[in-house]
Amino acid sequence: MKIAVLVKRVPDTTSVFKIADDNASVVTDNLKYVMSPYDEYAMEAAIQLREAGQAEEVIVVSLGDESCKETMRTALAMGADSGLLVKCDGAGPTSRGVAEALAAALKNVGASLILAGKQAVDDDASQVAERIAELLDCPHASVVSRMELVGDTLTVDREIEGGKYTLELPLPAVVSIEKGINTPRYPTLPNIMKAKRKAIEEQDINALGLDAAVLASHITVEAMALPRQERLTNVLEGDNETRVATLVKALREEEKVL
Amino acid sequence: MSVLVLLEQRGNLKACALEAATAANKIAQAAGMDLIAVYIGQSLADDSAQLAGLGINTVYAYENDALKYYSNDGYVPIVRDLVQELGAKVIIGSSSALGKELCASVAARLGVELVQDAIDVQWDSGLLAKKPVYAGKVLADVRITDSPAMVSLRPNVIAIEKNGDTVPTVEQRPMPEVSLRTVLKEAAEAAAGQIELTEAKIVVSGGRGIGGPENWPVVQDLADAMGAALGASRATVDAGWIHHSHQVGQTGKVVSPDVYVACGISGAIQHQAGMRTAKIIVAINKDANAPIFKICDYGIVGDLFEICPLLAKEVRKALG
Ligand SMILES: Cc1cc2nc3c(=O)[nH]c(=O)nc-3n(C[C@H](O)[C@H](O)[C@H](O)COP(=O)(O)OP(=O)(O)OC[C@H]3O[C@@H](n4cnc5c(N)ncnc54)[C@H](O)[C@@H]3O)c2cc1C
Ligand SMILES: Nc1ncnc2c1ncn2[C@@H]1O[C@H](COP(=O)(O)O)[C@@H](O)[C@H]1O
Repeated sequence: MKIAVLVKRVPDTTSVFKIADDNASVVTDNLKYVMSPYDEYAMEAAIQLREAGQAEEVIVVSLGDESCKETMRTALAMGADSGLLVKCDGAGPTSRGVAEALAAALKNVGASLILAGKQAVDDDASQVAERIAELLDCPHASVVSRMELVGDTLTVDREIEGGKYTLELPLPAVVSIEKGINTPRYPTLPNIMKAKRKAIEEQDINALGLDAAVLASHITVEAMALPRQERLTNVLEGDNETRVATLVKALREEEKVL
Repeated sequence: MSVLVLLEQRGNLKACALEAATAANKIAQAAGMDLIAVYIGQSLADDSAQLAGLGINTVYAYENDALKYYSNDGYVPIVRDLVQELGAKVIIGSSSALGKELCASVAARLGVELVQDAIDVQWDSGLLAKKPVYAGKVLADVRITDSPAMVSLRPNVIAIEKNGDTVPTVEQRPMPEVSLRTVLKEAAEAAAGQIELTEAKIVVSGGRGIGGPENWPVVQDLADAMGAALGASRATVDAGWIHHSHQVGQTGKVVSPDVYVACGISGAIQHQAGMRTAKIIVAINKDANAPIFKICDYGIVGDLFEICPLLAKEVRKALG
C-alpha cells in the first residue's frame, strides 16, 4: 500500500507579521517558513504505518514553487520515500484550484490512503483535504485524533465540539489529522543526509490537463489588518477582596458579560 | 434569488445554526433576496419554534433516522442538489467541526470557492467576509465573487437577533437514496451539563501556575461559579495534567467567549492565537511582567490559589 501525505510550506506563525504597503498582504521577506504543524502529525502517522508493516511506501506531495522542496526535504528526512511537487509559481490558485490540481496529480500516484493536516496555518482555509476526497470520490474524515488500520478498513476518531465520532472507512480514503494523534519525530542528521538523495518528481500545474476556469480565483483579498489590540490592560489595585469585588462589578455592570 | 442557510443540528438545533441564520437574514435583506434554510436530521419539530423571527421563508427538511448523525455521504449530496434545484446565490454555513467538513465537501461538489471560519460576513454589492489568517495573527477582508458565494461562520461571534415571531414554512422533503461508505461506530457526545469550550460564553483556563493536576479543582470551582467551560494551556496538556481537548491555542482550540479568564497562564503568543478574539480577557498571575497582562482587559497580580476562591465566592454572591 502507498500513502500520500500532503504537506504545505507556510510561514512560521511565531513570526512577527507586518502588513505590506498594499494593505492587503503581509510582508514576507522577514518570515521563516516551516512545514504546517498539522502536516507534521500526518507525516508521522504515515511513517508509523509503514514502520508497522502496513504500508510499503510514503510519498510526500506539495503544491507550490521551488522553495517547497526545502519543506519536502524535511518530510523526506522524517522518513518519506519520495516526493512529488506540483509546481506553480507566484501566488498559486485558491483552495479550490489547489485541491483540483492536487487531486489530478494524486490520480497518477495510486495511493490507497491520503493524509493531510486539518488546516494549513497560513490561510487557515480548512478545506483542501475534504475537497480532494470529494474530487476523487473517496470516503473521508476530518480532524482525526486516532487512526487504526485493519486490512482495508480504517477506524478513526474524529473530534467534534465536546465529543467525538468513531468512524470506519474503507480504503481508498482521505483523512485530515488533528494534533495529539502522535508525537512527530525530529529528523536525525543521518536521515537529513539521506533525504538529500531521495527523488522529488516535478509536475507542472499547467500540464495536468485542468480547465483554466478551475484554477481561476474568485476570492479577492481587499484588506489585511492586525487584530485591534484595544485591551483595557487595567491591572487592578488594592487588597484581594477589593480587587475581586471591583472585577466582578466591572464584568457585570460595565461589560455586561456576567 | 435566495440565500440558503445550513442549519446545523446534533440532536438539537445548535446555537451556531441560529447565528448563521441571523447573518444570512441580514445578507438577504441587504441583497433583496429570499432567505431559505435546509435542515438535515431527525427531529426538527422539537426545535422549529427556535427558528421564529429569523426571517426564514422556508425550511427544506430532510428527516430520517439515517440522517440523525452527520455523514459526508448522507449530507453532501442533499445540500448540493438543493442548491442546484433552488439556484441559491449565497450559502451560509457554520464553522463547527462538522460544519466545516460539510461546507468544504459541498463547495467541492459545486466547484465553487469557500471561505471558512469567517468572524463577520456582509453584503456590499457582493459577499464580503472577515476571517483570521496566519493562526489568527492577521485578519483578512475577502470578497467572494463566485456564484453561489459560500461562507461558513465561526460559532459564537455573531449575536442571535430575532425580529418578531414569524415561523418559517417547513417543507418536508422525501428521503433521497443514500449509501453510506463511512460507518459511524460510536458517537460520544459531551456529557449533559458539561459546557463545550468553543461554544461557551465564558471560559476559565488554567496554566502551569496551578502547580499540578491535583489543583484543577481550584480553577474548576471558579469555572463552575461563572458557568464557564474549562480551558488549559499547552504546558498543562503536555505535562499530562489534562486531556488535550481542553487546550486553547494555536495547536488547540480557538475560543471567542464573552469572557476569558486566564489563571496562571503566561500568555505565550501560541496561547493568544486561541483566545485573542475573546470580548473580555481577565488575567490572574503572580508575575506582574507576564505577557498576559499586556493583552488583558482586567488583571490581578496575585496568587491564583488566593484569588480564584475569592473570585468564585464573589461571583456566586453577585449572581445570587
Ligand atoms: C508550535 C507551537 C505551538 C504551541 N501551541 C500552543 C497552544 O495551542 N496553546 C498553548 O497554550 N501553548 C502553546 N504553545 C506553548 C506556548 O509557547 C507556551 O509554552 C505555553 O502556552 C505556556 O503555558 P503556561 O502559560 O501554562 O506556562 P508558563 O509559560 O510556564 O506560565 C505559567 C505562569 O503561571 C504563573 N504562576 C505560577 N504560579 C502561580 C500562582 N500560584 N498564581 C498565579 N500565577 C502563577 C507564572 O507567573 C507564569 O506566568 C505552543 C508552542 C509552540 C512552539
Ligand atoms: N499547497 C499545498 N500543498 C500540499 N498540501 C496542501 C496544500 N494546501 C493544503 N494542503 C493540505 O491540506 C491541508 C489543509 O489545508 P487548508 O485547507 O489549506 O487549510 C494541509 O494541512 C495540507 O495537508
